[in-house]
Amino acid sequence: MAVLTLPHDTAALPGAPASYWRTVGWRLSRDPATLIAGGLLVLIALSAILAPWIAPHDPNTGSIRSRLAPIGAPSHPLGTDEQGRDMLSRLLYGGRMTLVAGITPVVVGFLVGTVLGVIAGYAGGVVSTVVMRTMDIFYAFPAVLLAIAISGALGPGLPNTLIALSIVFIPRVVRVAESATVQVKGLEYVAAARASGAGVPQILRYHLLANVLGPVLVFSSTQVSLSIILAAGLSFLGLGITPPAAEWGLMLNTLRQSIYVNAWVPALPGIAIFLTSMAFNLVSDGLRDAMEIRT
Amino acid sequence: MWAYIGRRLVLAIPTLLGASIIVFAMVHLAPGDPIAAVMPVDASKEQIDAVKKAYGFDQPLPVQYLKWLGRVATGDLGRSIATRRPVILDVRDALLNSLVLAVSSSLLAFGAGIALGLLAAFRQGRALDKVSSAVAIVGVSVPHYWAGIILIIVFSVQLNWLPAMGAGLDGGIVEYLRHMALPTIALGLIPLGVITRVVRSAALDILAQEFVVALRAKGLARRRVFTHVVKNAAPQIFTVLGLQFGFQLGGSVLVEAVFSWPGTGYLLNLAIFQRDIPVLQGVILVLATFFVLLNLAVDVLQTLVDPRIARH
Repeated sequence: MAVLTLPHDTAALPGAPASYWRTVGWRLSRDPATLIAGGLLVLIALSAILAPWIAPHDPNTGSIRSRLAPIGAPSHPLGTDEQGRDMLSRLLYGGRMTLVAGITPVVVGFLVGTVLGVIAGYAGGVVSTVVMRTMDIFYAFPAVLLAIAISGALGPGLPNTLIALSIVFIPRVVRVAESATVQVKGLEYVAAARASGAGVPQILRYHLLANVLGPVLVFSSTQVSLSIILAAGLSFLGLGITPPAAEWGLMLNTLRQSIYVNAWVPALPGIAIFLTSMAFNLVSDGLRDAMEIRT
Repeated sequence: MWAYIGRRLVLAIPTLLGASIIVFAMVHLAPGDPIAAVMPVDASKEQIDAVKKAYGFDQPLPVQYLKWLGRVATGDLGRSIATRRPVILDVRDALLNSLVLAVSSSLLAFGAGIALGLLAAFRQGRALDKVSSAVAIVGVSVPHYWAGIILIIVFSVQLNWLPAMGAGLDGGIVEYLRHMALPTIALGLIPLGVITRVVRSAALDILAQEFVVALRAKGLARRRVFTHVVKNAAPQIFTVLGLQFGFQLGGSVLVEAVFSWPGTGYLLNLAIFQRDIPVLQGVILVLATFFVLLNLAVDVLQTLVDPRIARH
């Protein structure tokens, strides 16, 4: 659960700037692991965005004569897949799908979950019971099982993957947002605002949200790596992105049979998923430490 | 305390009912007709209607749900559309195989994770602590299905030491154990990372408390201080172990798919592609029930160990 830490008095830190966000930025600038991971993320994002301009080949055109070329083959630096398609180009294009399928559900979860959680936390009573009990039901399923079950029922395709994963992440964000709201709601300054005549919208907008968003944002950022692993995992099972599109999990799936021919080319899409997910984990760890929020 | 445990038990009922509604609704979310998938394309309208009637698909949804729930309550999960076998039998066999894998991977991950986490906490900032942080971050970041493929490439394809597929059910206990080895490692990676991390931070929290300083100040041997720390960190660690064990059972779908391990995940995967709705429902329902009951058991045991929890 999120333990809320209000912006600190940072005067004690020598050389530290005054405002909370500047302190956070100052701490991040002194955290090499987070900086390197952040740089890696920027690189991954750029290579996905720029794929059409930097990919050496068309990701979907192969040649039967150059199937399963090894890493370092001429004109195919990362080899080719089972249909003779250039691996480097497919990995670049694949990042687009994996990143979209992995990040969108967390963004949806963050938006919907924050609204539901703040409403439940602030209203309390029956509203809170109904919302939170409904969310508890989704906790009856481990995340992997819930995602696979929903997309198994809905069928393959990007929209269904996004729906299935959003359903996984909304309840998680709701719990964090609700518990943070309840904590902040009890603080004296909120009572003071209410006493001085602030309406519910003002309290939510100016007094609550700023202090609830921190923990929720940090929590959501920790979920991105899981979401990417799950999104690629669904495609790996044949439930997510459909062929012939390039997507890291799907590439891992179609290349699986080829490990007996060329062992290491099939490992590449997994390395891409691994690096991306690790970079997101390191950045969210750094963010959590810098913002002094415990989740 | 008993009132608290009683309330937890009662609260599990709506959760289970809710889960059953989700499982039931899942099938009706599915595009297309569940019957169309199994009927030949040239089946007549009458034939389709007859099959629908036989499965009860012609009745309104709430009626279908209540009838289904009634049958489920008596242990009847229906028959597989693909094999005509009672679903409960398939699920039972698969659950046993999944449990074996969940237990073996949990033992591996819990043992290694607790040891690594505690050692890291007592050697904070030293080389071993760095190793433990690396294990923790890799464990939670690695796509375990990919790790499974890497294990197959190394130990089955390159070294030819261990089998890559199936459970070796006909080959006796040694073959079964040999088939278990790689999926156990692949499935143990995530909990290894999570537990290393949680144990380290729990132990560090305790180490920072004043009573530990007092214990050290009075000259207590390091080993005795260690015992105090472990005892105080135990409740928090215990909760995480319980949750992780549940995740192992429900989360093994991808690993079972990689290794064709005949567990619930493999059965679920098969059911999805054959659009075998009763099997799909049965597997998910059984796993969800198991997961809820396991969480409940963890809660209750925790309250028994540490009665302060009931007061919150």
